[in-house]
Amino acid sequence: MHEAMNQEQPILAVDDLRMHFPVKGGVIRRAVAACKAVDGVSFSIAPGETLGLAGESGCGKSTLGKTISRLYQPTGGSIHFQGTNLAGLSRGELKPFRREIQMIFQDPYESLNPRQTVANIVEEPFIIHKMGTREERRKWVGELLDQVGLPSVAAQRYPFEFSGGQRQRIGIARALALKPKLLICDEPVSALDVSIQSQVLNLLMELQRDRGLSYLFISHDLAVVKHISDRIAVMYLGRIVELAPAEEIYSNPVHPYTKALISAIPVPDPTHVPDRVILEGDVPSPIDPPAGCRFAPRSGLHHNPENLEITPQFKEISPRHWVEDCPACIQVETAV
Amino acid sequence: MAESECEVLLQVRDLVTAFDTDDGQVKAVDGVGFDVCKGRTLGIVGESGCGKSVTAMSIMRLLPQPMGKILAGEVLFNGMNLATIESGKMRRIRGNRISMIFQEPMTALNPVHRIGKQICEVLTEHNDLDPDDAWQKSIDILGQVGIPSPEIRVTEYPHQLSGGMRQRVVIAIALACGPELVIADEPTTALDVTIQAQILQLINDLQRDLGMSVILITHDLGVIAETCDEVCVMYAGRIVERASAKEVFANPRHAYTQGLLNSIPRLGGAPKTELNTIEGMVPALKDLKPGCRFAPRSGRKHTEAELMDRLPIKEIAPDHWVEDCPQCTKP
Repeated sequence: MHEAMNQEQPILAVDDLRMHFPVKGGVIRRAVAACKAVDGVSFSIAPGETLGLAGESGCGKSTLGKTISRLYQPTGGSIHFQGTNLAGLSRGELKPFRREIQMIFQDPYESLNPRQTVANIVEEPFIIHKMGTREERRKWVGELLDQVGLPSVAAQRYPFEFSGGQRQRIGIARALALKPKLLICDEPVSALDVSIQSQVLNLLMELQRDRGLSYLFISHDLAVVKHISDRIAVMYLGRIVELAPAEEIYSNPVHPYTKALISAIPVPDPTHVPDRVILEGDVPSPIDPPAGCRFAPRSGLHHNPENLEITPQFKEISPRHWVEDCPACIQVETAV
Repeated sequence: MAESECEVLLQVRDLVTAFDTDDGQVKAVDGVGFDVCKGRTLGIVGESGCGKSVTAMSIMRLLPQPMGKILAGEVLFNGMNLATIESGKMRRIRGNRISMIFQEPMTALNPVHRIGKQICEVLTEHNDLDPDDAWQKSIDILGQVGIPSPEIRVTEYPHQLSGGMRQRVVIAIALACGPELVIADEPTTALDVTIQAQILQLINDLQRDLGMSVILITHDLGVIAETCDEVCVMYAGRIVERASAKEVFANPRHAYTQGLLNSIPRLGGAPKTELNTIEGMVPALKDLKPGCRFAPRSGRKHTEAELMDRLPIKEIAPDHWVEDCPQCTKP
């Protein structure tokens, strides 16, 4: 279902990925329902490409990132990384792939061990993978810190001595240590101030150019996602509702949720008159969601019972522009 | 937007607020001044630690005690100086004539009381209402802030509501007594964009209907552009630029404002291009110099006098005020 006709072999191809968590209840803590955080997601990432993943809190974007890096055992579907399906691998079998896929986390205050020096934090991946002698490792750490724009004296300091932006740089240095091919960036700039955010975004783009990295860039901020991504996937309640090149999704959104999301972003220009689609209500619970169109209750569009029961197809409506083809959401939109 | 149209409700003059810390006294707000006009929205924008929230807390007299104190300056509200007024009188103003919308709706609400009780608390504190009337009024207010079936929600607890609904309850509490001024401190920062759009719309509608003034504190320039009439840009405890929103966005004069506007990624911008940045980071409060505080990040050489002497804030165009640093101000 992913874009099979892509010129190159994708570095990552995810097909019909599902990650369900049991919801336990009753006296004996039996699984009474399933929280379908990721429920049938398919996409691919080409070498050197950035795929942006946008959506509101609770839509499953972080779970998707963690499932791809196999911090979770997926419930179903496949994760092909350079041809190998990671979904079925055991802990030991996964180890070589851990070097290739790394993560950068949102909160640089919580994702660094406060009792370790920066040198120890950045060196740890080498130790785990038994690489180099002590001297070599220290040299590599120095090089990594230099590449992310930190002074060499930073190595002997502790995380609390750094600002949020610098801590995020430490997190990036650690993620780059093993020369990964794919970085999963989970809201890497959300906790940072705007002037620092742009520094970190520039660094990520520069590293991508230099090293040919691929990114899965997860963020709720569509302006940030739009800036850094080649293609953007918009997620809603465990599914991707629209996937297209960044320019295309912004200038020609098809799914009503994508339209609402783009229109909700405040534009930093007081002369701009927003043409806003205000969505009613909140994101519904992902516990036992309907099989059909999940956006129906908030769309304000009339859905027939079958629209709510039949899982909509993920369809390529124009080259490289994929959308979840709910007849009620899409047809009405194209007719207008 | 001429000054003459503006009927001033709140005047802040040379406000200095300091905290006692282990490193000695630090001034989080150092000589801040602005006017809030009746029925208008003033935005205060700046990065974390620039003193936006401390300014709000100073106006509300909610500074953490005993560390925080107002060292100098005036906060004139209808002729009363809130900076020096006795705490009993302040209690009758706070929540009644000036109220506040907080950032984090979960921590701003008491988790063990029903929503209705929390609204009634404000109502009965400031009005002579019997409990049944207050309860009925709570239901009306919840309806007014767009909560569906308010007569059911009023009996619920905060944890039963979503983030957006909780923020509506916080707004309901702030509006309960029909305040003249509402201070909204990052009211939508904890919310998703689609919910943020709902809440900003609600604040706008309520302001129009009730004619109150709003001080909106945020780090998001998009939110400022959309909601504010006037804007103060704060940096390291000072206001570096103050003008109408249109003017600040169209014609920013201070290097910090320019840097801030240039560093945000825009939806219509060219993708994957290098963003402009402001080098370095916000200085620590204890290291601040009296003069231009943006100097280390401005990339421009400052003289000793510009760093060490207090700079005046100057009106360089009608109603457009800028901290007058010869290096950082565009003439």
